Amino acid sequence: MTLPDGWEMVVGLEVHTELKTITKMFCGCANAFGAAPNTNVCPVCLGLPGSLPVLNVRAVELAMAIGTALNSTISPSTFHRKNYFYPDMPKDFQISQYDLPVNAGGHLDLPDGSRVSIERAHLEEDTGKSTHLGGSGRIHGADRSLVDYNRSGVPLVEIVSGPDIRSSAQARTYAAELRGILIATGASDGRMEEGSMRIDANVSVRRSGEPLGTRCEIKNLNSLRSLVRAIDFEAARQISLLEGGGSIRQETRHWDENLGSTSTMRVKEEADDYRYFREPDLVDLIPDQAWQDRVREGLQPMPAERRAALTKRLGERASALRDALEVVIDLGLDPYVIAALDAEIDADLAFARAANEIAGDLVHADNLSVDSYVATLRMEQSGDLSATQAKTVLVEILENGGEPGSIAKSKGFERLASGAVGEVVATLIEQNPDEWSRYRDGDEKLAQFFIGQVMKRTKGQANGKEVIAELQARR
Amino acid sequence: MRSVRQTALDVQNGDASALSVLEESLARIRARNDELNVFLYVDEEGARAAAIALDERVARGENVGALAGVPVALKDNLCQTSIPTTCSSKILEGWRPPYSATVVDRLLLAGAVPVGKTNLDEFAMGSSTENSAFGPTKNPLDTTRVPGGSSGGSAAAVAADMTPLALGSDTGGSIRQPAALCGLIGVKPTYGLVSRYGLIAFASSLDQIGPLTKTVADAAMALEVIAGHDPLDSTSLPEPSPSLVAHVEDGVAGKRVGVVRDLIDGADEEVVAAVGRAVDALKEAGATIVELSVPEFRLGLSAYYLIAPAEASSNLARFDGVRYGLRVNADDVTAMMEATRTAGFGEEVKRRIMLGTYALSAGYYDAYYGQALKVRTLTIDAFRRAYEEVDLLLGATTPSVAFEFGSKTADPMAMYLSDVFTIPSNLSGEPAISIPFGTGEAGLPIGVQLLGPGRSEALLFAGARVLEIADGRP
Amino acid sequence: MPSLRREDVAHVAKLARLTMSEAELDKFTEQLGQVLEHASDINALDLEGVIPTAHPFGLINVVRDDERRASLDHDVVIAMAPDAEDGRFAVPRILGEAP
Repeated sequence: MTLPDGWEMVVGLEVHTELKTITKMFCGCANAFGAAPNTNVCPVCLGLPGSLPVLNVRAVELAMAIGTALNSTISPSTFHRKNYFYPDMPKDFQISQYDLPVNAGGHLDLPDGSRVSIERAHLEEDTGKSTHLGGSGRIHGADRSLVDYNRSGVPLVEIVSGPDIRSSAQARTYAAELRGILIATGASDGRMEEGSMRIDANVSVRRSGEPLGTRCEIKNLNSLRSLVRAIDFEAARQISLLEGGGSIRQETRHWDENLGSTSTMRVKEEADDYRYFREPDLVDLIPDQAWQDRVREGLQPMPAERRAALTKRLGERASALRDALEVVIDLGLDPYVIAALDAEIDADLAFARAANEIAGDLVHADNLSVDSYVATLRMEQSGDLSATQAKTVLVEILENGGEPGSIAKSKGFERLASGAVGEVVATLIEQNPDEWSRYRDGDEKLAQFFIGQVMKRTKGQANGKEVIAELQARR
Repeated sequence: MRSVRQTALDVQNGDASALSVLEESLARIRARNDELNVFLYVDEEGARAAAIALDERVARGENVGALAGVPVALKDNLCQTSIPTTCSSKILEGWRPPYSATVVDRLLLAGAVPVGKTNLDEFAMGSSTENSAFGPTKNPLDTTRVPGGSSGGSAAAVAADMTPLALGSDTGGSIRQPAALCGLIGVKPTYGLVSRYGLIAFASSLDQIGPLTKTVADAAMALEVIAGHDPLDSTSLPEPSPSLVAHVEDGVAGKRVGVVRDLIDGADEEVVAAVGRAVDALKEAGATIVELSVPEFRLGLSAYYLIAPAEASSNLARFDGVRYGLRVNADDVTAMMEATRTAGFGEEVKRRIMLGTYALSAGYYDAYYGQALKVRTLTIDAFRRAYEEVDLLLGATTPSVAFEFGSKTADPMAMYLSDVFTIPSNLSGEPAISIPFGTGEAGLPIGVQLLGPGRSEALLFAGARVLEIADGRP
Repeated sequence: MPSLRREDVAHVAKLARLTMSEAELDKFTEQLGQVLEHASDINALDLEGVIPTAHPFGLINVVRDDERRASLDHDVVIAMAPDAEDGRFAVPRILGEAP
């Protein structure tokens, strides 16, 4: 979206990610999604009187890994209490970090060449989850709420960018790159739809050359699509308001995906008084150089490095494969693609099946080994499997495990007898003279029609490339 | 009543059954609890079952632990699984924790028999136990007077011979002051020596759990059992429990004792005189006496009455009617929280919550809480300088003997001032012990206080033992 | 330091989720004022450069391994609730969003 002439938007993003630890931040309860309510709780994460927090070393290391990947300075840090009352907060304070975060400063270089500064990336604990009854499911209009504390105490890292982002597209690129880093460090699974990565966007606008405008915070965006749409809407709303002579009220806003608009959640009339003070139940965290070095040495290559390596390898084909490359890098699927390329699978195929089939069932990616991926693609490339069949095999392995050869066999996927495709094509040409003559005259779109028909007739067993070859031969 | 030491010996040797010891204890509780209001809850059934099980193990020749068969009273801010734990507050009335404090687990492992939960000032905020929501506790030595606070119930339990051992908690003097007013030994250990896991927090950076007993040896035995690193408490010192019992008879020959003006001035004459006699006793036992002034100690009261309420205001926020305890219903959750807390907390608790909230609030943090934390550093540095010259410090525990009910309740400041000699050790985190030394007005006991550097409990016990003998209790 | 005003106490009571009657507000304003007045001895000190103390014995880096410990039994947990539904803690309607 382009803004009206002379206007620019200023955006900063706060990204919260749940850390992929086995246990919670301050206690040994499971850090797991989807358990029955209030089953992963203990005196500590319920904040029962007398309970005390003890810091999870893995959470600290993941936080340090994130900081290292973001070029931050890993600093001596303390924990603070952020005091406010809310039913999803068992202690009615949140243990977080305030003026001395574990990671200070940093920056993220984006694939488009721009750089976004990082102010800080700190540790804090997550709250419980409320469901609201009696209204639309949102808070307003509800008559009561139910709270589940399974999520309470899950470790979070909050990454705060500087107000350096100038467009919704750049915001999206930043969020995607950051997600890739979080996945690459092992810190997060990046599943925004499950809530393990949540974004708040601070948006303001100004006429070029003027100082920063009043900003509004849009909370809890849980997809990249919402992020883009919400930022564009909000910028437009603010500009419209200012151009009409109004002023922006500093407030927190909620994005409604269905309505496609933001609305007021809370007005920040006065700065919230959280009465921050140092958490007396925890001691200072001072990671020594040796620890920092161990973390740095243990880091896997980050998206930027992997992107550069694959791009180089693809050479001239990189540009055509750019979109699929992005998906593969974002989701950490490079091992599959690299193994396929090593096995001399065609790059288009190697990328396509990863960016579509594996990406489509990421939750189950662990079921598909790199070897099975390569084996399946080998069968497709050699014609033993049609494209449709290959996709089916991959989906099957992802969902239920198994091995490509036996799955293909059990589903009766066999190569069609040679010449069979030609016969079917010939029959279709006879039966569809109009379509055929339009195709002969140059209407390429009809190739799809014929391919589709061939697939129907052969129950997906035909090899797409073979069909095209037949069509062209008879032209 | 048998001492802790004698009980453990007799039960382990089979000379007395744990059950008979317990029954004596329960009988004494029954005889005077209605009058004195010491115990809020007595766990007769649980205690009997524990005693019987102990006796069976002794009969099989097992070593059942250092505190074999010893009946223990627990201050009611210590969690014990399934036993009502109220902090003497309406907001927790009837609440039964689903877990036990680490100290309780350690007592049980050592063969002790918890008999019940004792009264305290609500949420440990007070110096007389008059702030309990369930009525005050009376001093067994003179029932017109307070037993002190906040661990008044624990002190009364031991003073009335109901149990030879009680656990209390000390944030600004809440073990030592009641010990002094009831004629007992009371110990506030080094911060972090005893795990706070399961102690319902008042002021997290100041709270410590400790024993109240009639003898020094008993206190050393009890502290040895409950002390030592706990992985569930991040502030707990890394080392295991120190050897303390073995050092009780070490004496103080060659030790330097600093007599601190600022821990004596302002006390009643008879208290000052008692400290003077304690000086003589220590000299007689071979210690060198040095007169010291540590003016920073006088700043302690102000710093304490900002730090403690600030931390408390945050620690007590969790009592909001959502998950456990009292709930007073209302139309919306904020109104419910307000109604619950307003009905559930007593006046002193509200006073301190508001004081603490104010001290932390925007615009006031630097002047109040922030400043108090710096005074804390000054206090620590002052202690460190003092310990370059001496090994121990001596002073009074409280300005006066046990005072009458209602004599300090009109003015909160008057009550706060009774903590002036005990507070400095809480601020510095260093240990201190109160020892009965002589009597004053109407035969009421006077307590004197020995203070030491971090981790010096063994030396404190040695010094306390010298005074105990000199006071006629060999 | 400015002396404690009644509005301050009213504001603080709200922050702490406590309801005060007019009489209580008056009384608390007076009493808290006295404590703060007493604390003016430390307000007056120039403590520039004095570092606030964290743990008195300098403990740092206390952490635990990322290992499971037993959680509480669900029934025990929900039995403590003043009001519960479907295994969750029930509360009256929440009027505002979380900060």
